[in-house]
Amino acid sequence: MGVALTDLHQDIREGVREICSRFDQDYWRKSHEEHRYPTEFVKAMSDAGWLGALIPEEYGGSGLGFLEGAIILEEINRSGGNANQVHAQLYTMGALLRHGSEELKRRYLPQIASGELRLQTFAVTEPDAGTDTTKIKTRAVKKGDKYIINGQKIFISRFNNTDLLLLLARTTPLDQVQKKTHGISLFLVDKREVPEGQIEATPIDTMLGGDTNQLFFNDLEVPAENLIGEEGRGLYCVMDGMVAERILVSGSALGNGKYFIDQAVNYGNQRIVFDRPITQNQGIQFPIAKAYMELRAAEALLYEAARKFDEKDPTAGADANMAKYLCSEAAYNAAEACMQTFGGYAAANEYHINRKWMQTRMMKIAPISSNLILSYVGQHVLKMPRSF
Amino acid sequence: MKILVLLKQTFDTEEQIELFDGEVNENGVKYIINPYDEYALEEAVAVKEKYGGEVTAVTVGPDRAESALRHALAVGVDRAIIVNDESLFGDEYTISKVLAAVAKQDSYDLIFCGHMAVDDGAAQVGPRLAEELGIPHITTITNFEIEDGKVKVEKDVEGDVEVIEADMPVLVTAQQGLNEPRYPSLPGIMKAKKKTIERLEAEDLDIDIEEIAPKTEIVGQYLPERKKAGKVLKGDIGEQVFELVELLRNEAKVII
Ligand SMILES: Cc1cc2nc3c(=O)[nH]c(=O)nc-3n(C[C@H](O)[C@H](O)[C@H](O)COP(=O)(O)OP(=O)(O)OC[C@H]3O[C@@H](n4cnc5c(N)ncnc54)[C@H](O)[C@@H]3O)c2cc1C
Repeated sequence: MGVALTDLHQDIREGVREICSRFDQDYWRKSHEEHRYPTEFVKAMSDAGWLGALIPEEYGGSGLGFLEGAIILEEINRSGGNANQVHAQLYTMGALLRHGSEELKRRYLPQIASGELRLQTFAVTEPDAGTDTTKIKTRAVKKGDKYIINGQKIFISRFNNTDLLLLLARTTPLDQVQKKTHGISLFLVDKREVPEGQIEATPIDTMLGGDTNQLFFNDLEVPAENLIGEEGRGLYCVMDGMVAERILVSGSALGNGKYFIDQAVNYGNQRIVFDRPITQNQGIQFPIAKAYMELRAAEALLYEAARKFDEKDPTAGADANMAKYLCSEAAYNAAEACMQTFGGYAAANEYHINRKWMQTRMMKIAPISSNLILSYVGQHVLKMPRSF
Repeated sequence: MKILVLLKQTFDTEEQIELFDGEVNENGVKYIINPYDEYALEEAVAVKEKYGGEVTAVTVGPDRAESALRHALAVGVDRAIIVNDESLFGDEYTISKVLAAVAKQDSYDLIFCGHMAVDDGAAQVGPRLAEELGIPHITTITNFEIEDGKVKVEKDVEGDVEVIEADMPVLVTAQQGLNEPRYPSLPGIMKAKKKTIERLEAEDLDIDIEEIAPKTEIVGQYLPERKKAGKVLKGDIGEQVFELVELLRNEAKVII
């Protein structure tokens, strides 16, 4: 990695930290407890151009790479913030950028880059299609110059805080395709143009406090030109962004892990029990040290994956998946060590540990669960039989 | 309008200061822009945005101080100059002579700087530079405006406010409360990377090093002694007063 690049990384860290430092942990606690979207923070990040970082310069962004994106997310989480609230604006546009028509890109990307338009919802998961995306039942039928969409989605984030959303729907039913990954199409829905009643959203309360929803589509009309990529190839339009997404998510997880190490060390060094700082006890100190080492190892693999990705090395995908697994596991182990260090205070909301712990735990499940990465590595890297 | 802003890189105020062989240990230390200079920088850029003009930032310091200038470029400064010639480093006397030589290379209508640097706390460079240039200066300002071609500032005087008018060119030093410094945007950072920073040495500035040799010398540095735990007097008021007088007489020896 060249000196110039690390220089840039340092600038990114400092730039993002400057913004984060103006939003303290109580800000995030309030946002969480009151189920309030952190609009002020997102606006500050947007105005300073951070959420348009990955959009190429010709569409009004800064054209940074995915490792840089990962660092942005890492710093938000490390500061005690919740990167999940902004990560989607950073990268949901990826599929549009890679596969959208030039007209769609010109119409939307510059406004996404400036933050005027929010594209931070991606509707994939359905009650009967979680991990197995090919089972989605939401159906899109072409009628003239429109698609008519019916079906439902679950666990859809930020629906009430977005202007645009990406939506996966079947254009050909599962029993009529040669390969189960065929027949799925990707749509860009402009919520501002959707008449009342065509999308119904019911909020789902979660421990994470965010804006999570169940969506119902009732004859939702989407202009045919809002199809991204070819009809029936939607899953591929999404999957080829997977490696990049794993890199970004790894950064997010890493930031959580570093947050917990910072917190555990600071608090533990000051908390006196039995006349000595609790970190003087090996039972407290060693798990923190161990989690720190795991984080550093995971971070090293993340940088390796990012380097390979930039060099178009075909093994980048495996490394990025492994980095995602290791970063989220290491972050969770750091969360555990930190929680133990805080003792009873970890349960008190004003210490922030429980909130960050929940966010960190969730990263082992969404957007991809650790099990699925294990099966990927088993099958595709180590050539063992497919486990399911 | 031409605006000059003086920047100094200082220790991060959150850094632990350590002495090593009587010298401040600079290894692994994080540097920041002197917080008062941040206000100066913000005001310079804000004035440019409001009234038009061009802002130049200058720092006298080692290569690491370039990052302060990059930050300045990222938040909207147009030109950046570093005087990184070690033979020109020195005390406030030396530095203000060097800055005067830089300022004389152009003609500035306004010069902004912090009212003091948080490391040595001398608060001398601004006024000294103004004297070198033969222009007026106003220190510790908390508000800045331009009205009918005149500068109108509010100055903090130990809690009271003075309103002062001055003709340009003028040098002002920034006090806390002047503004809220902005943070750099990502496009700003990217643009700053592409700009060049001008480097100046004694020769470029036509400076005779002997003539500007420092007037002061650091003869020793030590950390302040750790505060000892205080003593809480007990008993009723009479007893406490009695004990206090005893202590002042026998221990502190301030009453005879
Ligand atoms: C807060 C939150 C926000 C979300 N936001 C969005 C969103 O914005 N958009 C969206 O589309 N979705 C979103 N999701 C959904 C998320 O992506 C899914 O929860 C996830 O894909 C898993 O699907 P599932 O919950 O149906 O689990 P299931 O598919 O029911 O799986 C349950 C468990 O079984 C494991 N498992 C399943 N199959 C196998 C196998 N073959 N081998 C080993 N283990 C297996 C899984 O790994 C998992 O641990 C969100 C979820 C949450 C909780």
